[in-house]
Amino acid sequence: MNTASAALEATPASTAASKVLEVRDISKSFGGVHAVRGVTFDVREGEILGLIGPNGSGKSTLFNCILGQLTPTSGDVLVAGRSVTGLRPSELNRLGIGRTFQLLQVFPQLTVRENLILAGQEHEGSRFKRLFGPSDSGLTANANRMIDFFRLGHLAEEKAGGLSYGQQKLLDCAMAFMAGPRLVLLDEPAGGVNLTMLGNLKDRLQAINKETGATFIVIEHNMEFVMSLCTRIIVLAEGKIIAEGPPDTIRKNPQVIEAYLGH
Amino acid sequence: MNRNLKIIFGLVLVLVFIAGPADLTGLGIPWPGLKRYGTYILTLWLVTAVAAMGVNLIVGYAGQETLAQAAFLGIGAFTTALLQKAGVPFGLNFLASGVICFIVGIALGFPALRVQKHYLAFVTLAFSVFVWLLIRNEEWLTGGVNGIKDIRRPILLGISLRPALYYYWLVLALTAVLTAAMWWLLRSPWGRAFTALRENAIRAESLGIDVRGYTLMAFAIGSAYAGFAGAMYAPLVEFIDPSPFALGASLQFLLMVVAGGAGSFVGPFVGAVVAVLLPEWLRFAEGYYLIIFAIIVMLLMAFCPTGIVGLFARLTTKARRPHADDKGPSLGGPNLGGDPTAAATTVAGANS
Repeated sequence: MNTASAALEATPASTAASKVLEVRDISKSFGGVHAVRGVTFDVREGEILGLIGPNGSGKSTLFNCILGQLTPTSGDVLVAGRSVTGLRPSELNRLGIGRTFQLLQVFPQLTVRENLILAGQEHEGSRFKRLFGPSDSGLTANANRMIDFFRLGHLAEEKAGGLSYGQQKLLDCAMAFMAGPRLVLLDEPAGGVNLTMLGNLKDRLQAINKETGATFIVIEHNMEFVMSLCTRIIVLAEGKIIAEGPPDTIRKNPQVIEAYLGH
Repeated sequence: MNRNLKIIFGLVLVLVFIAGPADLTGLGIPWPGLKRYGTYILTLWLVTAVAAMGVNLIVGYAGQETLAQAAFLGIGAFTTALLQKAGVPFGLNFLASGVICFIVGIALGFPALRVQKHYLAFVTLAFSVFVWLLIRNEEWLTGGVNGIKDIRRPILLGISLRPALYYYWLVLALTAVLTAAMWWLLRSPWGRAFTALRENAIRAESLGIDVRGYTLMAFAIGSAYAGFAGAMYAPLVEFIDPSPFALGASLQFLLMVVAGGAGSFVGPFVGAVVAVLLPEWLRFAEGYYLIIFAIIVMLLMAFCPTGIVGLFARLTTKARRPHADDKGPSLGGPNLGGDPTAAATTVAGANS
């Protein structure tokens, strides 16, 4: 049993105390289409949770409900025991929840360093204090450390729009971690990334998890990536959870195989 | 351009702006200066550039739309004219014009939280028409089509600024202050947040940026610049009526920003050259000057969509593109370009 699995076997009292995110009976409908149906799960401190499922299974909709991009039709989302349902994404970010998007979302006209400073600046004092403070909000040193950590040092002064796809993916991830979040939701981080860059990305994510104890939820279609990165996996199909457990168990689950292969 | 050259260029520019319109023959320099009309046009260019700076903030940096800048110019001009008639000194008129436009600008920013792009443009267009009708119809306040006449230029430290050159210097000083303030704003974290709104509002929101707050601030500050410009415009022309604040003028402000270079700091000044000075330079063509002006603008937009500043940058800067051989995913593309030893770096410090 690995350490993560051991953590899952913790006593109920300590488990309750270390819940970072609680998703309670979340449903989301678009007219007559029920994209998410009564999904309930918890995420514990330091965990790397995978969220997988075939296309159209409701993963991204669930992400967007958790992150305030969509308002759930019913249900509740709690962060550290506090209900955050209906809060705007910027408010959730300031509560320590970061995210990346399925499609690249960097600011192409800003340099790599400026992208990172931007990603952290709203956590530094009040808006009016920032206006009269230093132009970098005192974040240049932190941005440089993040640039080095994600191995983008030689590109710090380059415009983000001029970076390769894989480098932009790394920058996108680095931005999500710039403010030191306690929970990060990664939406298909491996999508369209070449094998070498993929290894680099996984290595960096595992290092952050180990060093800072940051908690991740990862949506991913790359099974090799998600099985080797995550400590627990939830499988969605037709908006409902059909399986939950460690990667090895999920890999052999007949319901999961059926959902993916459509038998 | 290195730092020293930039400083020398800047000082020369300042000297040219201060002394350019003045008669220097008394100092032994064979330069007779500009005539009264030339000084007036130069002052008008500065006033126009200040209002265009506001549009550049809203459109060029924050990525919103506005067709209401002339309406704010009108609000600023009428505020200054009315307060002056009530005996309020110019300094307070100037501030009041900016503050009123700031507040009304916030109100106009609210629709921007719900609609975007051309829908937002139509909202601001409607506001522009509304303000123009208000100025034209509320005769008891604005004088209606007869406007307000005899708007005096201020007296500063006992010196009357009625001569065109003296008033030019006042406008130049105020423009310098407003330009420095804009430069400082755009270099601050707010400037980065405005750029983030323009480039990707959804991502900006996910990084904790209060998109609503910054959108409202962009509209408020951009509109306040039109208010300040209006406060300088009324004493410049000494008579105001509704006509300079109609929709056409708002479209011209947008043209200035686009032609100069949207999102470029000097773009509004260059755009104001196109809108204010170019038609004057083309007057030799007599009846054809507006046709030639229109053709020049069309050619500019067709061949130079990033504006004159963008064209200049393209001509003077070598296009640099890092790692052109690593574009997009590929199974065999190991070009990380990074230092593998950097793996030893920790992220813990970055978040401390």
